Amino acid sequence: METIIKPNTITEKVLKLIESNFSTLIEGSEKDNAIKAFVSQGVPSRKHEEYKYVNVDQILKDDFVLATQKNISKEQIEHLKILKGAFIAVIVNGVFNEELSQLNNLPKGLIISSISSAAENNKLIFEKHYSRYAEINTDSFVALNTSLAKSGVFINVEKSVIVETPIHIIHVSSANENIIINPRNLIVVDENAQAKIIESYETIDSSSKIFNNALTEIVVCENSIVDHYKIQDENEFGYLLNTTQVVQQKKSLFSTHTFTLSGSLVRNNLNIVLDGEHIETHLNGLYLTNGNQVVDTHTVVDHRKPNCNSNELYKGIIEGKSSATFNGKIFVRKDAQKTNAFQSNKNILLSDDGTINTKPQLEIYADDVKCSHGTSTGKLDADKIFYLRARGLSEASAKKLLMHAFASEVVNTIKIEALREYVEEKITKRFE
Amino acid sequence: MLSIKNLHASIGGKEILKGINLEIKAGEVHAIMGPNGSGKSTLSAVLAGREDYEVTEGEVIFNEKNLLELSPEDRAREGVFLAFQYPIEIPGVSNVNFLKTAINEIRAYKGLDPMDAKDFLARMKEKQKLVELDVKLANRSVNEGFSGGEKKRNEIFQMAMLEPKLAILDETDSGLDIDALRIVSNGVNKLKNKDNATIVVTHYQRLLDYIVPDFVHVLYNGRIVKTGPKELALELEEKGYDFIKEETGA
Ligand SMILES: Nc1ncnc2c1ncn2[C@@H]1O[C@H](COP(=O)(O)OP(=O)(O)O)[C@@H](O)[C@H]1O
Ligand SMILES: [Mg+2]
Repeated sequence: METIIKPNTITEKVLKLIESNFSTLIEGSEKDNAIKAFVSQGVPSRKHEEYKYVNVDQILKDDFVLATQKNISKEQIEHLKILKGAFIAVIVNGVFNEELSQLNNLPKGLIISSISSAAENNKLIFEKHYSRYAEINTDSFVALNTSLAKSGVFINVEKSVIVETPIHIIHVSSANENIIINPRNLIVVDENAQAKIIESYETIDSSSKIFNNALTEIVVCENSIVDHYKIQDENEFGYLLNTTQVVQQKKSLFSTHTFTLSGSLVRNNLNIVLDGEHIETHLNGLYLTNGNQVVDTHTVVDHRKPNCNSNELYKGIIEGKSSATFNGKIFVRKDAQKTNAFQSNKNILLSDDGTINTKPQLEIYADDVKCSHGTSTGKLDADKIFYLRARGLSEASAKKLLMHAFASEVVNTIKIEALREYVEEKITKRFE
Repeated sequence: MLSIKNLHASIGGKEILKGINLEIKAGEVHAIMGPNGSGKSTLSAVLAGREDYEVTEGEVIFNEKNLLELSPEDRAREGVFLAFQYPIEIPGVSNVNFLKTAINEIRAYKGLDPMDAKDFLARMKEKQKLVELDVKLANRSVNEGFSGGEKKRNEIFQMAMLEPKLAILDETDSGLDIDALRIVSNGVNKLKNKDNATIVVTHYQRLLDYIVPDFVHVLYNGRIVKTGPKELALELEEKGYDFIKEETGA
């Protein structure tokens, strides 16, 4: 059951921001509907079933402004370019930045542009897909993003085009007063096409809170293959609310990998609709939390048609006073016979003050299906630690090695070698 | 090298070792035999520093150091090596990576620089050959998916890599077929020299055909009840442990 939340002062405050905003991607009745949806749902408090473990409303109690353009130099973001030779689209404080991006020599059949220019230049695709999948009425942050979004990245891989070069969207933010940003990306991979997409979330040079309500919609058309990555590595000023809305058509293959390495708060809403037969879906995730961090992952895998497979693996290591949540919903609709859906969530809790909430949720309405889920939370295995120490490793390095081993199951699902090395290095630093 | 005096140890309030005395000199091989449950693995684990056991009495001196005061890793760095009776699998930790870390931490303890990558690889190759360990296995995760025999061989491979002063082999022979037994024993014998010592824990005489001990000790109910030359092992094999019970009145 959904909790109805009356407009409260925080919601009203945010509403004032919406009213002061102009030139959004959509105007008129569609925008009005989004605003209405936001107001009726409000900023969720911890009383909201889906936002029980994140105190978003407490964060938004502070004064925020809508982000304004910020001058960032090429040098400042050099270290955020993970892959040499990738196509790079840079979003600064929620706004697509052409100068910082590297989008020369795009192959025929690949469009990467700002989403606002796509709204004019690629009107047909834009109108067909924009805001058609992320539901304004079931999540107030989708409604908020839709009410406010004015910029982001648009990617279209045309029919039968195979893009080998990874496409990297860098979301970089920087603030000296509290800001709310609402980047909005639309990725459409047409029939028989293939693409590898990385989204990274970073903060630089900041002294104030950045509330990043980022939303990406991905359309994976018939028989296409999309390999998708999220690297979330914001600093203590980063409060990231990251919605990824995916729709898959028949015979498509979508793999997504989320690495949450830092940030004060990260809330992931990953929703995947399997809207055709013979679809394959992989969801992998790793969260490493420490200090007072809050990382909350909500995934929805919605099997709507028969003969599809989904496989989900999320792992977490929780240290300090941090808190991690994993809520994985799997729906198998009445029509979706012969579904195989598997889910696994494993956690290592290293401190007494850390919290892990894990909640698998399977709703199955078809009868001929194979579904399973499993969760575990434990400490590092004492026998393994002793074995390694008996060979001369210090307790600290034994633990480090075991944490790496635990994480490697997810890290090894990264198919882009340079990206895998980058993540490995980040993890090594993190464990030091 | 090793001097154990009146060692008592218990777990969960239950006394397992009830006064062990044992003297081992460099260059010697000692066999410890005894029926199941007599405390052989407990003794091995206490020497390696397993914290689940509580030492309630006695002392252990290893090369002039009070062994019981050292952490498990410092014991290893001082040269104690335990080949586990049941080596565990550690998925995700590669043999190579783990041995490199182990060797370099042992070297750091001795004030030495990390081992050169080339030297490390050369040593890997040499020692793999010694225990006839498949290169593929050496590059895999520690013991993951290894057969029982492969795990035991991997223990001896690690021992060869670390070159300990005192090796304790806890039932390294159990679960080995004759070929594997020969390979493992051969490895142990080749590593033997006048400066190191070996404790071979077993409850079969079979292994001692290959690794010839200087002394045989019979551990029974937490005590060493008899010590003799290598022939004692044959006598035990022939007469069974009951004769010890009768002879010692244990
Ligand atoms: N973790 C433990 N908790 C309680 N009793 C134990 C534990 N480990 C060993 N023991 C007991 O200690 C005794 C000696 O065991 P062990 O040292 O394994 O013997 P051995 O290796 O000679 O077969 C046995 O009676 C066994 O049941
Ligand atoms: Mg034993």
